[in-house]
Amino acid sequence: MSIKMPMTSSSASVMESPSPAVRNTRFERDPAPSAVSARAWSLGSTLTKILGLSVFAFLLFGPLANLVLWSFAERWYAPFKLPVSYGTRYWEVVFRPTGDAMSSLMTSVGIASLTVLVALAVSVPAGYALARLRLPWRTALMILFLLPQAFPSVAIYINVARVFYSLGLTGTITGVVLVHAAHGLVYSVWISAAAFAAVDKDLELAARNIGASPLRTFFTITLPLAAPGIMASAIFVFLESLDEFTGTFFVGVPQVTTLPLLLYNASMGGNYQIASITALILLVPSILFMLVIERFLRADVLSKVGQ
Amino acid sequence: MARPSFFGLLLIAPALTMIGALFLYPLGYSLAAAFTEPGGSLSLMHFQKAYELYSTDILFTLFIVIVSTILVALFSVAIAGILTLGETPWLVGALRQLYRWPLFIPFIVAAQCMRTFLAKNGLMNNALVALGVMEPIQATSFLDWRGIIITFVWKQVPFVTLMLAGAMASIDPATIEAGRNLGASRLRVLIELVLPQVAQTLLVGLVLSFVTMLSVLSVPMMVAGSQPTMLTVDMAFRINSYGDYATANALGVISYMIAGTVAWIYLRHNVKREAQA
Repeated sequence: MSIKMPMTSSSASVMESPSPAVRNTRFERDPAPSAVSARAWSLGSTLTKILGLSVFAFLLFGPLANLVLWSFAERWYAPFKLPVSYGTRYWEVVFRPTGDAMSSLMTSVGIASLTVLVALAVSVPAGYALARLRLPWRTALMILFLLPQAFPSVAIYINVARVFYSLGLTGTITGVVLVHAAHGLVYSVWISAAAFAAVDKDLELAARNIGASPLRTFFTITLPLAAPGIMASAIFVFLESLDEFTGTFFVGVPQVTTLPLLLYNASMGGNYQIASITALILLVPSILFMLVIERFLRADVLSKVGQ
Repeated sequence: MARPSFFGLLLIAPALTMIGALFLYPLGYSLAAAFTEPGGSLSLMHFQKAYELYSTDILFTLFIVIVSTILVALFSVAIAGILTLGETPWLVGALRQLYRWPLFIPFIVAAQCMRTFLAKNGLMNNALVALGVMEPIQATSFLDWRGIIITFVWKQVPFVTLMLAGAMASIDPATIEAGRNLGASRLRVLIELVLPQVAQTLLVGLVLSFVTMLSVLSVPMMVAGSQPTMLTVDMAFRINSYGDYATANALGVISYMIAGTVAWIYLRHNVKREAQA
């Protein structure tokens, strides 16, 4: 704080001067070195930046590259730095219609779709209530939905599995869907609430004024306007369910084998090709989502998340 | 409008029921299992057993999660700092495109990547040998505590950087310009001008990362096999091998307490900040 005060007063004078002048003063500050050493310095600095960026890119993509290599490696053993022979044999094994991988993919997508339905069915009303209606302890309620995510979850899941066992829900799709939905609820509730809060109230009032019932106003005005945000929350929940490992590990075994569980079993069994191909299948939606997320979550909705 | 809406409560009831049944009830169940003896009376005997068997793993877990959080903080401040204060457009542009790739990659996929990348004959050692940085004989496997930390940092840095870069972009650029014009280096501007203004965001990101890393089961299981290991693996082991819910739940309560301590530090900082404002 002590540094910021004098800065703020000087920043006012900087703001008044046009920006080229700002640039000039910064250049004058440096003592003018000879042209040769300046060029060497700038070349050295560019080389350092390129080197730094390359190391960063290697650390970032190296692990992913290794995954791709393994998925196409038919034989790869110790002294060889790269696979001994390449091929798509394991891809054929994975994508064989009767294989474990295809049935796991079906199970995973089915569970994720059901999870989205369950989560949206409870979160759209909850999100509307949190955004538009008067609720006691609203902040506490919002935090309650966050807790399953921001809590050491293993200890919760072992007890969920114990309770489910007595109800006959362990090893069933229903059990896994319930666990995934509770885990994803923070996204669906928080983002739906933000989406409803971003809808212009005047439009609803206009609809009511010309005689629409509250229910009709909700279904023809509010819900369509909030739909992109709700769509984004559905994608979040879908991905969260597709990638979920811990909950399925305790509640789903041994009957329900989702892709993450198949990956885990293959990897622990030493079958790196199957594990790598499964990992790549899981990677596709995650990376697509990273690239398109900004289109679904508009800034006006994003700014209201968690409020 | 002054009194709470009954209709609102009705709308939110199904969601609350779900949290109650699938989170609060199991939470109570785990506390009950951890604190009661077979006879039904209150006792700390399960904690004693958990401590005798797993004290090394408790320290190991704390070590891994604390070191990872510190590294995540350093890397994300560095990357967000370059994104905000960098003066080389191509470097900033490239870094902005690159850094967030691991953001939505699941932990289990990250674990499988690292399991091959960090192995003795993995791509990392092979690349270092091929570049002449290292002799083949020096190659060692990183698949132990180092592997867990590397995986956590790889996965969590993009998340914290995304939050930090957003917060840094929204601070008044005049303060940065002023600092630079007064002759402060970019590093000094970052540490003394920018960081204090985004400390709150950094703290939220780090607290969320800390708890996430504390809860992950797949990474310690797949990246580092043997002892010592993290508490999540111990809990799974107690259940799957012995059906020993009491000790597993005692370990669970210990992990709640670790997470609770961090949440408490965060809340205390928040209260202090509000008192100052």
